[in-house]
Parts: sequence; C-alpha cells; structure tokens
Amino acid sequence: MSDTTLQETRIVSQKFRIPNSHTLATALEHGAYSTLRTALFRPASDITTAVQESGLRGKGGGGALAGEKWLLMPTDDSRPSYLVVNCDESEPGTFKDRQIISKDPHLLIEGMILTSYAIGANEAYIYIRGEYQGFEKILQDAIDEAYSSGFLGKGLANTDFDLDITIHRGAGAYICGEKSALLESLEGKRGHPRLKPKNKEPEWYFGNPTLVNNVETIATVPYIVQNGALAYSKYGTSQSAGTLLFAMSGHIKNAGVYEVAFGTPMLEYINHFGGGIRGDKKLKAVIPGGSSTPVLTADEVANATLDYETLRSLGSSLGTGGMIVMDEDTNMVEALKNLLEFYHHESCGQCTPCREGTGWSDKIVAKILRKEATSQDIDKLLGIADIMNGKTICVFAPAVSGVISSFISKFREEFEIDSTPKIHNKMEIK
Amino acid sequence: MSFSFDETNITKIEQLQKRYPSPKALTLPLLWMVQEQEGFISLEAMEEISKYTTRPAMEIYKTATFYTMFNLAPVGEHHIQLCKTLSCALCGKEDILAYIKKTLDIEVGQTTKDGKFTLTQVECLGSCGTAPMMQINQTNYESLTIERVEKILEELQ
Ligand SMILES: Cc1cc2nc3c(=O)[nH]c(=O)nc-3n(C[C@H](O)[C@H](O)[C@H](O)COP(=O)(O)O)c2cc1C
Ligand code: SF4
Ligand code: FES
Repeated sequence: MSDTTLQETRIVSQKFRIPNSHTLATALEHGAYSTLRTALFRPASDITTAVQESGLRGKGGGGALAGEKWLLMPTDDSRPSYLVVNCDESEPGTFKDRQIISKDPHLLIEGMILTSYAIGANEAYIYIRGEYQGFEKILQDAIDEAYSSGFLGKGLANTDFDLDITIHRGAGAYICGEKSALLESLEGKRGHPRLKPKNKEPEWYFGNPTLVNNVETIATVPYIVQNGALAYSKYGTSQSAGTLLFAMSGHIKNAGVYEVAFGTPMLEYINHFGGGIRGDKKLKAVIPGGSSTPVLTADEVANATLDYETLRSLGSSLGTGGMIVMDEDTNMVEALKNLLEFYHHESCGQCTPCREGTGWSDKIVAKILRKEATSQDIDKLLGIADIMNGKTICVFAPAVSGVISSFISKFREEFEIDSTPKIHNKMEIK
Repeated sequence: MSFSFDETNITKIEQLQKRYPSPKALTLPLLWMVQEQEGFISLEAMEEISKYTTRPAMEIYKTATFYTMFNLAPVGEHHIQLCKTLSCALCGKEDILAYIKKTLDIEVGQTTKDGKFTLTQVECLGSCGTAPMMQINQTNYESLTIERVEKILEELQ
C-alpha cells in the first residue's frame, strides 16, 4: 500500500537528523545564523515582505497568514513592541514544537532575531509549557551559547540591533496556548482568554503591541529570508503554501513527526511514514489536526489531502497537523469520553456554556457508557453542543462542540442505547 | 513557617527583573522558584512573592491556584504523572495505571506511606508519538510497557 515516491520536504527539519544539531558548533557548521549579517543591514520591511509573499501560514493551529499579522504591528509607535513565541504545545496529538526546540533550537533563535528585527522588538519571550522542562533546558543552553557568541544581546552579530530572549515557563494549563490567555499568563495572571476586538489589531502585552507566533512559524522564517519567498511557496498548494511538521500517534506502527508539503494525500502519509495500522487492523477514524478538530471516517481520510482547504471542505480542520489514528476496534464513545474529560478539566471557566457544557456532556457520555442513557440523551448531547457553539469568549467551546457533533453524526450507532459494548472497555467510568 | 528566597534565587530575580516591563510578570517565575526551593508553595511564600511583584498576596494566590503544576501542599519524593489523554489511552495507558496502583498500593491522588511516590493522572504531555508515557518529577518515560515500569519503579525505590 505504501507509496515509495512520497518524500519528506525538510525545511524546518533540515538539521533534525544531524547528531548534536542542538549545539552551536554543529548548527554553525550547517549554516545557522548565516542570514543575520545580510538581513539586518537591509530595511526591516524586506523581511516582512518576503514572509508575506511566501504565503507562510501560522502553524499553531489557526493557519492565519503570518505576513498579514506582522503588518498589524505599528512602525511608528512610542511604545515598545514585543515578540512572543508560543511553545505551549498542549493540544492533544501535537508534539512537533518539541522536536524543533530540542533538535534545532538555534533555528528558532535565528527566526526570532529576524522576526524581532522585522517588527522592531528588542525583547522577546518564549512561553513554554511547564511539562517541557527537559526540552527547556536544551533551549536555554542554546540561548546561553548564542549570547556568549554574540548572536544575542546588545549589538548582536556585529550589527546595531539588540535583542534579549527570555524563556517564560507555564505551569500546566492547556488554555494558555490560546494567544490572549498566554499573554494574561505572561502578565502573571490566570490564563483567561480576552474578548476579541472587532477589528484586526496586534495583541497587547501590558498595553504594548505584541506579535504572537507559534514555534514552527518562527522557525520557518530563516529559510524564507535565505532562499526567498518563491522557494517556499513553490511547495504546497496555491492557498496552503509550504510544509508542515505533521505528526501521527495512536494505533499506528511508526508514530512520529514527518515534514511534508501541504497537499500530500492523507492516507498515503499515514501508510508510508506510519507504516500502517498496528496489528494490521483496519483504519476506523482519524482526528486530523489535534484533538480539537472534528473526527474523520476512514472513507473521508481516503479522499483527503493535507491542506487547510480540503480539511475545511470535509467539515474538519487542519489544526496543528497532529493526527490521532484509531483502528477498527476503537470504541468511539470511550474516545469521546476521554476527550470530554480533557476539555472539562481544561475549560478556563469564564463562560457558562463552556464551563457547564463540557462537564454536562462528559456526564451524559458516561451514562451512555454505563448503559443508563435514555433515547433522549443523544439529542441532549447535540443540544449542548449547539449551545457551546459561537457563544463564548474564545474558540475552545466551539471546537468542543464540533468534536461532539462529529463523533455523534459519524458514529451514531455506537452511541445508541441498545448498542452492544465493544471491546477495549477498560476505562473507569466516572 | 516563614519563607525567604535563597541567595542564588535572589541573584536570579535581580537578573529577571530587567527582562520584564512590569514586576507583575515575575509572578509565574517566582512561583516556580519557590516550588523548586521548597517543594511546594506555602501562603508565606506567596506573601514574599507579593512584595517582589507589587501585587496583593490574594492575587498571587488567585494565579497559583489556576495552574495544575503548582503544588500548594508537599508531594512525594517521586511524583508520578501518568498521561491519560487519547493517544496514551489508545496505546494501553489503563494497563500501566492498573500496574502502578497495584505495585505501589495507592489510588490516583494518593502518596505512599513512606512518602516516596505520589501518583496523579495528567492531560497530554506532548509525547503522544511515544505513548503511553509518564513524567516522574522532570523526567519523561515514554513508550512504556509493564516491564519498563517495573524497572523504573524498582530503580526509584
Ligand atoms: C484553546 C486553544 C489552544 C491553543 N493552543 C496553542 C498552542 O499550544 N500552541 C500554539 O502555537 N498555538 C495555540 N493556539 C493558537 C494561538 O491562539 C495562536 O493562534 C497562535 O499561537 C498564533 O501563532 P501562529 O499564527 O504562528 O499559528 C491555541 C488556540 C486555542 C483557541
Ligand atoms: S470558551 Fe471556555 S476556555 Fe474559552 S474563554 Fe470561555 S470558558 Fe474559557
Ligand atoms: S496523549 Fe499522552 S502524551 Fe499526548
């Protein structure tokens, strides 16, 4: 089944397989920081233009065009500007940013220097989830090395540009990956998302204009600056330019992270890099882009390509590109229960539909698993999903809503009260 | 029980102060420092943080209680945090959990009598590709099997 012509396109993962690529010496041998001397002597707007023309889209889940976001940053403001890199990586099924910070941290640092220069920031933060302390250490060592070799700090790389990078550690809260919650957390508060403004504007950190981008987005910038916008946009599709570090977990033989161009057929990706389903079972379903994206059936997977437009046309979303693969024996009610426990635990609690809806739907699914549900319970679940959609401060609740409705609409027979229990029923039902 | 930062941490705080536009931003870094110095965060420590961050102690408390990784009470020497989210569940986390509970004779949320192990279940730790997994203190143990868990627990005993 596997297609041997399928290949990785290594833009961000170029140095991943080189031993010791996280050290400055090895990174330098392979071209790290080579973009700085030229780029920092040219106008800052050159970098923004290149990023805009490349079609680079944010890789933290939303897929917003990076260039457009950068242009929201003011150029003539007396207030300082800030760059904040989002390394919260808490979306279940997602484990790509950890590869970058542990295997090529200097690529991220180089991207942060270029981006900070482009938006006029002299202070940048990396917000990293608290559970990544092992990876954080590798990243901090790389930052320290960059400082002692003059790639960070005052007049870096013998230019007149100054930049400090500080790692800021989160402490276990999924919602802090949402950019405004992240900034609240960076300001020392609870991670509560902020109300979205009516018009597009930058983010604000202590009232100062701030750009928030994902680790992978920023790690792509050096390639674009070095090779030009066209070199990047030639990969992928017309609207989903370039590559993504797609990840695979669940019932797959070779789980892992593989960088491919957008537009790659999904099933081929799973079979070729993943080596197919464990125990040579049949594929049942895939959650395509981290746990917050609606689930796809095996038939849908067979026709899908990995790009924003195709997954949207299937009623799902590309999200972070973290695929969770489920085999034919998976009990979909249990799978949904597992996710609802997660969302109930992680709701920040500001909005009633979210705070109550996640817990309530979790309880109903538990009732279904215990075989105590009535025929009205599925409708009640769908009703709750409806209430959670479009009525909250952030998109957490609408995402949960989409997950619930996709599980029920696509695997309804498993939720029906007279359905017989499937195997795997090991879970403790609370 | 009074609290004060040790000298290494005071030097660190002085350096960090230069990196943030407002002392309020020191809240999370200082909560971490307390936890690393003492093992958990007491109300007295929050009073101390409140001085450095120019925020009322109640605000520090409000922040600290939002984040699951801040321990407001002491935990066992080895804090086992087993991931319970979907990819780990699909790859056999329930068997690992049952084994740990049986071996240590504790339930989730409990600490062994000798104070050596505390067992909690946590949400996705970003190691779904090497599921099932657990974190003990700061170390990740991935691609777990019962045999591996048996060895790990023995080594930590
Ligand atoms: C509930 C929720 C969780 C999120 N978690 C993350 C995350 O862990 N990492 C991340 O980069 N973006 C996350 N995002 C997206 C961020 O809000 C933001 O769009 C992103 O960091 C911007 O960077 P990008 O444009 O480079 O993708 C999350 C969004 C939501 C609504
Ligand atoms: S939707 Fe949920 S997570 Fe988002 S702000 Fe409201 S309560 Fe918090
Ligand atoms: S689901 Fe366990 S590490 Fe992601």
